[in-house]
Amino acid sequence: MSKKTEFGPPLNPRGRRLEAKELESITHVRAKVPAKYAWAAGTAMSRFLEELKNGKIIGRRCARCDRVLVPPRMFCERCFQPTTEWVYLPGTGVVETFSISYIDTNANRIKEPILVGVIAFDGAPPHCGIMHYFGEVKPEELKIGMPVEPVWKPKEERVGSVLDIKYFRPRRK
Amino acid sequence: MRDVAVLGVGATAFTSQTPEVNWKELIYDAAVKAYAEAGIDPRRDVDSFVTCAEDYWEGFSIFDEFTPDQLGGALRPTMTVCGDGLQGLATAYMQIKTGMFNIVVVEAHSKISELLTYEHIVELAFDPIYERPLSAEREVHPYYVAGLEMNLYLHATGTTEEQCALVAVHNRRQALNNPLAPYGARLGLQEIFHSGYAFTPLKKWEIASRADGCIVFVLAAGEIARRLTKKPLVYVEGIGWSSESPWISARSADASYARHAAQMAYRQAGITNPRRQIDVIEVEDRFAFKELQHLEALGFARPGEAGWLAQSGALGLDGELKVNLSGGSLGCGDLIEASGLQRALEIVLQLRGEAGARQVPNARVGVAQSWRGLPHGTGAVAVFARRD
Ligand SMILES: [Zn+2]
Repeated sequence: MSKKTEFGPPLNPRGRRLEAKELESITHVRAKVPAKYAWAAGTAMSRFLEELKNGKIIGRRCARCDRVLVPPRMFCERCFQPTTEWVYLPGTGVVETFSISYIDTNANRIKEPILVGVIAFDGAPPHCGIMHYFGEVKPEELKIGMPVEPVWKPKEERVGSVLDIKYFRPRRK
Repeated sequence: MRDVAVLGVGATAFTSQTPEVNWKELIYDAAVKAYAEAGIDPRRDVDSFVTCAEDYWEGFSIFDEFTPDQLGGALRPTMTVCGDGLQGLATAYMQIKTGMFNIVVVEAHSKISELLTYEHIVELAFDPIYERPLSAEREVHPYYVAGLEMNLYLHATGTTEEQCALVAVHNRRQALNNPLAPYGARLGLQEIFHSGYAFTPLKKWEIASRADGCIVFVLAAGEIARRLTKKPLVYVEGIGWSSESPWISARSADASYARHAAQMAYRQAGITNPRRQIDVIEVEDRFAFKELQHLEALGFARPGEAGWLAQSGALGLDGELKVNLSGGSLGCGDLIEASGLQRALEIVLQLRGEAGARQVPNARVGVAQSWRGLPHGTGAVAVFARRD
């Protein structure tokens, strides 16, 4: 077969060009995934959520390694032992790590960056804290080790969620 | 090559709902029992941890990352098998056989009560281009595939609807002797028929209800296990698994997946005449007819014979074949990926003589079989034995 035939006009001169949409109807199949869940929070986390509603932060102590786990767990993953005691924490702590985030979930650049990080609580050892937002602070002022405190939503707006805390802000003396 | 023994087992009770604990706490409960029985500390003695889970059942992506804490496996070798508990057991068995690991833990669980759209997730397992539109268009429950399979099986073997219904009667009744089983009941054939067709010829009460629960196994190399305990040990003598082509329209009438898995396990275990050599049998019965189909696939009956055995009273504690004395899935509940490990648990208890009111006297060899459930055809078979 000659090169000329190979690259020549379509064999069916009455054929027509397929529109992109038309083509897609046979090249792809679309579907939504209807997945819905209702996870039990469990013994420890239910109490944690209840106390958030009360404006309090509670942890569980492991008697073997003496860590206070926040959020609380019924067993210590290091010792593989049941935790033994509920411990109320003052809620204050320090910034353990943070990141100034300039990209949203849809991968768009955002003007006002979102400040996220990990708070190590007073009364609990390092690496036992929770993740949250920071507020009332300029991005350039945020530092690892900075003392912070929680800013709670008004009592009537709390629903038993980690978002019952609006954010953490630099601690006021 | 080194052998593999069951050093300890632990399980929660099986129930329709478990709102009082989260899935980590559920798994922890079973793990604590298994380690206590095995006499080991997971933070020191376990070389590897295997979890059986499928992301859609859990609702987490990359569920593998969530497995260490509740098993005592943080900062240790862990892995997840996306399959049934017996497939996880096979993985642990092989890890020990390599000589790289001496003690390996296998965990399988169901927290299926927390999945609110179960039927849709099952439907999502259909081929998206050809099979799913047919199911979605008229919103038929995806278990109609069980009706298709049952119809084919009855037609191919001459098994009757009544013989299948008898399986549901037996297994619900046998579950009354199993303290872990939630669905024990004294029902008659009449009630099974009266429950009505769900997907002809399958009746509503021939379908296992779902349940939550967790089972943990501690496996150990034979020489290690014998050093750690003076108690008589149960050994894994053979294990096999296989998958059929996923096309529903190409499905066999004889549960070929189970036949091939059994052949693989029997070959390793030296089983040539299962009916004579095996004392206790646990086969998958999420749909009542499946018990009969699986008994035939595992060589306990010729095609079409299992139904007659059921009818003549040959299946059960007083019969020739000690089948699903745990209550099976109809009695214990459909434990999703934990179903196979529930069957293995029953065999271990039977071989140890710890099965209480449903104990088979002098049981020495047992077989557990799993089927991953609709819409696909994956099965696994494990042979266990006592050697003392
Ligand atoms: Zn600890």
